[in-house]
Amino acid sequence: MDNSKNKKIKFIVGLTLVGIIFLMMIAGIFCTPYDPLAMDMSAKFAGVSFKHIMGCDNFGRDIFSRVLVGVRETMFVSATVVFIGTFVGIIIGTVTGYFGGWVDEILMRINDAVLAFPSVLLALLVIGVLGGGTHSLIIALGIAFVPSFARIVRGEVLRIRNLDYIQCVRLYGASHLRIIVVHILPNLRTVLLSSVLIGFNNAVLAEAGMNYLGMGTQPPNPSLGLMLSEAQSVIFTNPWNAIFPGLVIVMMILGFSLLSDALEKKS
Amino acid sequence: MKYVLKKIGTLILTLLAVSALVFFAFSFIPASPALSKLGTEATAEKIAELNHQMGLDRPVLVRFGEWVAGIVHGDFGISYSYNTPVTQLLSEKIAVTMLLSVMAILITVILSFPLGIYVARKSDSKLDVFFTTVNQMIMSIPSFFSGILITLIFGLILHVFTPGAYVSYKRDFFKCMAYLIFPAFSIALPKISMVVKLLKDTALKEADKDYVRTAYSRGNRTKAVFYKHVLKNAIIPVITFLGMTFADIIAGSIIVEQVFGVPGLGRILLTSISGRDYPVVEAIILLLATAVVVSNLIVDLLYKKFDPRIHV
Repeated sequence: MDNSKNKKIKFIVGLTLVGIIFLMMIAGIFCTPYDPLAMDMSAKFAGVSFKHIMGCDNFGRDIFSRVLVGVRETMFVSATVVFIGTFVGIIIGTVTGYFGGWVDEILMRINDAVLAFPSVLLALLVIGVLGGGTHSLIIALGIAFVPSFARIVRGEVLRIRNLDYIQCVRLYGASHLRIIVVHILPNLRTVLLSSVLIGFNNAVLAEAGMNYLGMGTQPPNPSLGLMLSEAQSVIFTNPWNAIFPGLVIVMMILGFSLLSDALEKKS
Repeated sequence: MKYVLKKIGTLILTLLAVSALVFFAFSFIPASPALSKLGTEATAEKIAELNHQMGLDRPVLVRFGEWVAGIVHGDFGISYSYNTPVTQLLSEKIAVTMLLSVMAILITVILSFPLGIYVARKSDSKLDVFFTTVNQMIMSIPSFFSGILITLIFGLILHVFTPGAYVSYKRDFFKCMAYLIFPAFSIALPKISMVVKLLKDTALKEADKDYVRTAYSRGNRTKAVFYKHVLKNAIIPVITFLGMTFADIIAGSIIVEQVFGVPGLGRILLTSISGRDYPVVEAIILLLATAVVVSNLIVDLLYKKFDPRIHV
């Protein structure tokens, strides 16, 4: 009944939020109002004003500029992580789903074991091995994101593989590679779209969380999670230092989750 | 019974696999712990001597065997940076993290079920849009940010608690609980709204099914149908979800402990990672993995209890 109307609202709000995030990201890439690293002691803890629309932090750095760069960082890390997850997930998922057999059995056992493990913990393990920094963070979260994609892709491939038209193509003598690339992969796109959006949602959350723990971007470079933890020591005197970056994180997560809700296949 | 035994067998295999993974991951790191311990005073001989002292010059497989044998006896080795047995170092911190996680899951269960049932029953009223919107917003607040907001609201505005004034549970159990309730709540908050959403969605889906119509046609009242038929079936996916959430809550407590300055496993895990204190990192990861795997087992067993149709 009003379910479709509901989805439409979700879609519009989600798209607006994600659109704003994209604009912020583009601003973060090309031009920020101030240098995000420039310290200005005269503007230390400056309040919200037209000059500094989100105020300044304990070093007098413009928070809005830092948030813009932080959004860029978060989006970059999330996009890379989701790309790794999807790419490797598609390979593992198609191989296991299409061919089956003992490879499937072994890979899926490992997959399920990794899936049962919280991604934060897994990422901390990988960072423990590789050391901190943005590159390790991307690798760590990338590994943590593979299993869920692999599982989704495998399920879908398993379903498509047994459909009549695949049997038909096989009778024509098409090779396995051709069947997979031409006839199966294009049909994964609807499932992948919504899981990529959910993946973005989780990636933003995980990235901000790991940065909050200080395991990603190293100071003085800005990132949303790091700004939260830096602002925590001054939370009682300058709460806005934490609230603005936090709200931007909430906005990103909300935007992606609304979009994925709206685009989910109707069941 | 056979089912339980089979599950416990898989559990032991999984834990063995995890411990192997954790151990070998850390033994292939190029950076040597002896080097980082000695710092600038490192000479080739000193490193070799310290390696010998710590038993690092023996083959990896031998060390792995000894490590596993030690764990079976409750011995996780000796911390590089504290020079004390890891077991002794962690025992109190495990209790803190477990206390926090259990409180968080209790809060989730206690609050989300009544709220979810209320929202599901009000789903055709005008309030529905309001509930859904608020729920969606709360779901999007990561626990570390809600933790900061909670410190702000309860610490600065209401003056109910002082952030950082953690009291050890050994000194005063109730004061400790009174402090931990705030971090536990901030871990629980997004989980609550997820359970509410899930409970509402499944209840609505169940309410469309034939058996519900039959129940109505027999003359039952709406309330009776909801509690006796709809809820009973709608609760099964929620239980699975809660089980999966427990793992998330344990992982989430690592982050939230930092927000509230709770000296649990989270803080020592982070300092050990940056200090390259591998025995401690290995022990904590293995302990948390055990907690996750055991909670998954409990969920599987509960699941079977709630839905006798499940056979494995």
